[in-house]
Amino acid sequence: MSNAAKEKDKEKESFPAYEKVMAARDSKKLTAVDYISKMFGDSFIELHGDRRFSDDKAVVGGIAMLYDTPVTIIGIEKGRNTKERVERNFGQAHPEGYRKALRLMKQAEKFHRPVLCLVDTSGAYPGIGAEERGQGQAIAENLMEMMTLKTPVLTIVIGEGGSGGALALAVADEVWMLENSVYSVISPEGCASILWKDSSKAPQAAEALRMTAQDLFDLRVIERIIRQPRADDQAMFESLKLLVSRTFEKNLALDTAELTEQRYARFRRIGAIG
Amino acid sequence: MDFFAFVKPKNELEASSNKPENVPFVPEEMWVKCPKCNAMLLTTDMEENLHVCTHCGHHFRLSVRQRIELLADRDSFREHDAELTAKNILDFPGYDAKLEKAKRNANESVCCGECRIGGIKTVLCVMNAEFMMGSMGTVTGEKITRAFEYATDAGLPVVVCTVSGGARMQEGILSLMQMAKTSGAVKRHSDAGLLYITILTDPTTGGVTASFAMEGDIILAEPDTLVAFAGPRVIEQTMRQKLPRDFQTSEFVLQKGFIDAVVSRDKLKSTVARLLKMHGYAEVE
Ligand SMILES: [Zn+2]
Repeated sequence: MSNAAKEKDKEKESFPAYEKVMAARDSKKLTAVDYISKMFGDSFIELHGDRRFSDDKAVVGGIAMLYDTPVTIIGIEKGRNTKERVERNFGQAHPEGYRKALRLMKQAEKFHRPVLCLVDTSGAYPGIGAEERGQGQAIAENLMEMMTLKTPVLTIVIGEGGSGGALALAVADEVWMLENSVYSVISPEGCASILWKDSSKAPQAAEALRMTAQDLFDLRVIERIIRQPRADDQAMFESLKLLVSRTFEKNLALDTAELTEQRYARFRRIGAIG
Repeated sequence: MDFFAFVKPKNELEASSNKPENVPFVPEEMWVKCPKCNAMLLTTDMEENLHVCTHCGHHFRLSVRQRIELLADRDSFREHDAELTAKNILDFPGYDAKLEKAKRNANESVCCGECRIGGIKTVLCVMNAEFMMGSMGTVTGEKITRAFEYATDAGLPVVVCTVSGGARMQEGILSLMQMAKTSGAVKRHSDAGLLYITILTDPTTGGVTASFAMEGDIILAEPDTLVAFAGPRVIEQTMRQKLPRDFQTSEFVLQKGFIDAVVSRDKLKSTVARLLKMHGYAEVE
């Protein structure tokens, strides 16, 4: 969008970025388990637990067949109705969720199986238990370990990409976003209340934060914007599957040293100077 | 007892009534009030005591310069990338003014360089609470990444002193990405078999906690340091309840198993120097 067009938007008090935020949070939109079933059918076998503390239901993980190739899938799941949402803690993972994800990634590395991460979270859970069990440490460990994971990793943001809690599943070879998804360092409400002491200025904050798929693409933080699929649009899921498969094929062909070198370079250039 | 002993408050009750104007001969600017026990402390005493309250042991926040003086051998620190400075890359409203103010103090929220600690060549990064509360912007991430890359190439250990309110929201997603970038650089340094010691100082929170602060081979913290991912105010809002008093202090995270030791400021340099030595790094000269 040109600057002139942006100015015009401001005059009309329309906030397209915040509309995207609302769309990304829409409780009727598809969640991670929907994408898994639509893309992988009944080939998905769910695997539970972090082997350390518990099984965090905000994170769903397992193995499925992508055509003839087994892949590890890890998604943050918000739940599709009230009961599920409570069970899934509204898609806000505890440290054990991130540790489960890392366990499954390490397992995938062992068998040289590509990893697909589906991100949909307002953020890592901010609570007493989460802090006591090292939320910061769990996220930090994922960032470190994913950077050198010796197998292809692809992340798709399918709704909200909430800060460190999303990044903990997004240190990948490529990151894609659905057209109605957002990815940000902080929620627009949080940003507006901290900076302007007024959470009702969230729409302005959403614009300033540059958090839409288009913004992130323009900032060269993501590789692709994916058209938002409707639930009944099976052809769209098939083409998404094909796209995922081609990306994995390309990265599986690389020597693992080359693969992790490229992953490092992908993040290394963000904010690099000179 | 030293010469100034007569003005040192003996207990909290005395401290609260002991206002500087009641004490003759000592100008006001020579006093500082301890935020923990309210004792009035002489700045000269404070400097001698490494900015630790002589009354209750509270560790005052150190400036970058003071932190470097505390850890590095005298005159051994050589700064790297000093000219790198934050920019308003997203054209975020109000950020220019904030940066202008912050830049009166420093160019960015971290100072990185090379020094000797107990005679051992070490890369040292010190975060700066006076620069936008040590928030991590893209240049912060870039400087820390460069410091780790330099250390990896040169085969040097790294010591990072953290103090941070978290990621810098005015730099949006680019700030968040610095968590991944710095973590990658730490991982490469680690894979090269080199030692990384983290020193957590008050407060260490948010995106810094969830990246390089928690990635040290050895994680030390000063006493009574806030160590958190989500800060206490955020949690109180979610939980709608008051948090226990010691929650998220360095003593608390030590007990929970997330740091190696709480080390008081007077023992910090010697502890780091001993650890460096134990990892086979030799003294130069
Ligand atoms: Zn005190």
